[in-house]
Amino acid sequence: MTEMAHGTVLVQSGEAILPRWWRTVDRVTLACIFTLFLIGLLLGFAASPPLAARNGLDPFYYVYRQAFFGGLAFVAMILTSMMSPQQVRRLGVLGFFGAFASLALLPVFGTDYGQGAARWYSLGFASVQPSEFLKPVFIIFTAWMVAASQEINGPPGKTLSLIVMTVVVGFLVMQPDYGQGALVLFSWMVIYFVAGAPIWILGLISIIVAGGGILAYTTVEHVARRIDGFLSAEVDPNTQLAYAENAIREGGFFGTGLGEGSVKWTLPDAHTDFIIAVAAEEYGLVLVLLIIALFAIVALRGFFRLMRERDPFTRLAGAGLAAVFALQSIINMGVAVRLLPAKGMTLPFVSYGGSSLIATGVAVGMLLAFTRSRPQGDISDILFQRRG
Amino acid sequence: MSRRIALRPLARILEARQKGENPDEIERENLARRHEQARDKMRQRAESRLLMLAICFFAAFLTVGAKMTMLAGSDPEEPHISVAGSSVLGARADIVDRQGRVLATNLVTNALYVQPRDLIDPEAAAAGLAEIFPDLDEDWLIRRFTSGSTFAWLRGSISPEQQQRVHDLGEPGLLFGPRDMRLYPNGALAAHVLGGARFGEQAVNAAEILGVAGVEAYFDAELRDPARGAEPLQLSLDLTVQSAVEEVLAGGMTLMNAAGAAAVLMDVNTGEVISLASLPDFDPNARPRPLLEGDQSESPLFNRAVQGVYELGSTFKIFPVAQALDLGLVTPQTMINTQGPLRMAGFAISDYDDYGPSNSVTDVIVYSSNIGTARIAEMIGTERQQSFLGELGLMEPTSIEMIESRAGRPLYPHRWTDLSTATISYGHGISVSPLHLAAAYSTIVNGGTRVEPTLLRRDSPQQGERIISEEVSAQAAHMLRQVVTDGTASMGEVAGYEVGGKTGSADKPNPEGGYYVDRLISTFASVFPANDPQYVLIVTLDEPSVMMLGEERRTAGWTAVPVAAEIIRRVAPLLGMPPQDVDPEVAYQLTSASE
Repeated sequence: MTEMAHGTVLVQSGEAILPRWWRTVDRVTLACIFTLFLIGLLLGFAASPPLAARNGLDPFYYVYRQAFFGGLAFVAMILTSMMSPQQVRRLGVLGFFGAFASLALLPVFGTDYGQGAARWYSLGFASVQPSEFLKPVFIIFTAWMVAASQEINGPPGKTLSLIVMTVVVGFLVMQPDYGQGALVLFSWMVIYFVAGAPIWILGLISIIVAGGGILAYTTVEHVARRIDGFLSAEVDPNTQLAYAENAIREGGFFGTGLGEGSVKWTLPDAHTDFIIAVAAEEYGLVLVLLIIALFAIVALRGFFRLMRERDPFTRLAGAGLAAVFALQSIINMGVAVRLLPAKGMTLPFVSYGGSSLIATGVAVGMLLAFTRSRPQGDISDILFQRRG
Repeated sequence: MSRRIALRPLARILEARQKGENPDEIERENLARRHEQARDKMRQRAESRLLMLAICFFAAFLTVGAKMTMLAGSDPEEPHISVAGSSVLGARADIVDRQGRVLATNLVTNALYVQPRDLIDPEAAAAGLAEIFPDLDEDWLIRRFTSGSTFAWLRGSISPEQQQRVHDLGEPGLLFGPRDMRLYPNGALAAHVLGGARFGEQAVNAAEILGVAGVEAYFDAELRDPARGAEPLQLSLDLTVQSAVEEVLAGGMTLMNAAGAAAVLMDVNTGEVISLASLPDFDPNARPRPLLEGDQSESPLFNRAVQGVYELGSTFKIFPVAQALDLGLVTPQTMINTQGPLRMAGFAISDYDDYGPSNSVTDVIVYSSNIGTARIAEMIGTERQQSFLGELGLMEPTSIEMIESRAGRPLYPHRWTDLSTATISYGHGISVSPLHLAAAYSTIVNGGTRVEPTLLRRDSPQQGERIISEEVSAQAAHMLRQVVTDGTASMGEVAGYEVGGKTGSADKPNPEGGYYVDRLISTFASVFPANDPQYVLIVTLDEPSVMMLGEERRTAGWTAVPVAAEIIRRVAPLLGMPPQDVDPEVAYQLTSASE
């Protein structure tokens, strides 16, 4: 107040936020994500007009929508990445309780959009899938718990997080949404693994999960159908899988050319779960390998940067986020090439989808926040220490 | 790894106490050191684990990339098979007769549809269409065009002239969808065999053609199979023979005032149905609607030769006789007691005439003695009779390649009493289709091996299971010949073709119980030439009645027999059979007449 009264300028102590962010953030990852998003828009131009035509909308309606949500996602991502790990942790844990509550209330207020599983909240102009937002904040919560348990006289975080994980997965399986449930379970296992879990416990959990999978296979009809479809050598030519596989073959190395693809007209999920097939058909293997490389770079850079991380919470949370991001993309693309049984999972940033785009933006923003260059007690940190 | 740090090393604590410092500071400091140490340990382990994760994910990305490369490098195995599977296929193979002459084919035509949004002047378009297609109502069209719908079919197939006139309306909203239309170029010929077709699923550029009856329905999947291509389906029918049979049968039906008629001409060795006719018939190009009420068997759609099961009367007599001969119970000369009436279970079996106290087995056939046949059946016994009729295929539907064959299920008594055995021996109490009878007669006269009727062209005999010996088969054929020369079918003689056969005049069952007295099903089951049987011809007339020699005649000998004889006279030359043992002058006339 006094400074203002005397008309002096407020002097910022330390480096300005934006330049510091730019200096410390993983700019390569940022560029990869941006490229992925642009590819997603490009593919949206190819894949979404048939859907728009089916719904009687302007041909590029979904592209504009995607661009709009993409903008929001980038804002969310950059704001998140500007936070310090502690801020991310605080907001993330709060967010976890919020997301968990909205997941739990889905059966009451959610809508199933005629697809048989109440996974969404309808907001009128858009729909929100709480499980998309739950994943990153669950990772934060788990990492917080597990990191705390590593402190001397810390709380029993591993057990607590195991209980929470079981409850969350239980809710997701009840929806039923096995895909998101599996991702949540997987993220918990990654965190536990990086935190130094004994291998035999992870093995035991794997056996339990395999048992659950067999149970689902024998009791849930659509799960059994998908697994059977995957295991059989012959592909029913009228399934999405066969269309996708055929599209990849049609595309060859350089693709059939812009707008020349036909798979988008036959695949109901061309703009979401099978976007990679559209990419393969119209732009060929070149673009597909580029997409794979971009995902790999984001994930692997994340892991390598976290290897130098001193703070257990940051390390664990970052590893969980990078692993889930990578796994989701691998599952999406693995299904299209029949490496994995059919499982609806979006390709992060590339697939169409408003709330999932924003959720992925937040998740990657957190990853960026955790992988920012920070003093890690190395000799270089001391030698080249700058202000702030 | 360094050794574990003690939290309160005694030496330092004591030193601190001496200096008056708080020893808890030391503990806190050591705790922090211990914490740092644990963190470093953790960090090292996490480093290796993160590296493991990174390697796993790298391998997974590599696998996905490799699989993508493999897929992209391979050629599409069946390009767009899936697209083809979901679209409408209009292709349907032709059907041809045994000589390759077309029975059913496709004609490219156009369907007319409207996209009302693109109509410039809906009212003028409706007026124009109503003029071109008088059965379309103008008001209805206007309502259709202005209802807000975006698409509507107007006509399934239109002629080129109609198409031109619609073109001339100049309306961009009136559009044509090309499609194949099923065409039966011979009209009503072989209508019941072919059945008919209708449009199935319609798309703008094609429409499915689905078989609705006859072979079109039976072979629907094969005919529509895209893998089949243009290969036609060849039937055993002979178009010219079929034409002659239908012509004579129609004439005979009119002449004999019959309500309906059926004929089956069958090759006794191959089982091929050369001709199959049922009257009244219909044009498969414009299949009539099924009757909504009443007896379906009176509809022209009803196939009397395959679907219709009738008590075919005395034509059955050859079966117990052949069986008794084969079993060695009798010889053709064995005398059978024909003293009537034969009383059985409160019923009396009598003959049309009194044929004397006893007759030879041959004469039982020739004069058609019910009593004689019943006595022979008595010798055979119920069980053997049933199994023999079963072996002849008279106890179950025929296996002919028409969807109607299953409807032609023989009727026979649930409780097969001795009386049933007696009446069934002369063809009462069991109902079979004319096609059943043709197959059974073929089996009896072809040397004694089982024949199944077929509509598909075959080039070799069926070589079925042996039912009776060749000797008995020849004896039976000889008896049948004598029926024509000396017996009830004297009008069946056709010079040069040694016709043999057996008449059957069965009282028609009254749906209200019992039998009509004045309504008959008259059947002639004929074989030619009897000395070396090649063909069986069954002619059945429903309720014939004709004034002849000053009397109303209904029995087969007066009605079905002359019709069958005329058919044989016409078709035998068409079948490539030279007349036998005929005065050369007559033979010349016969062959020249047939050309």
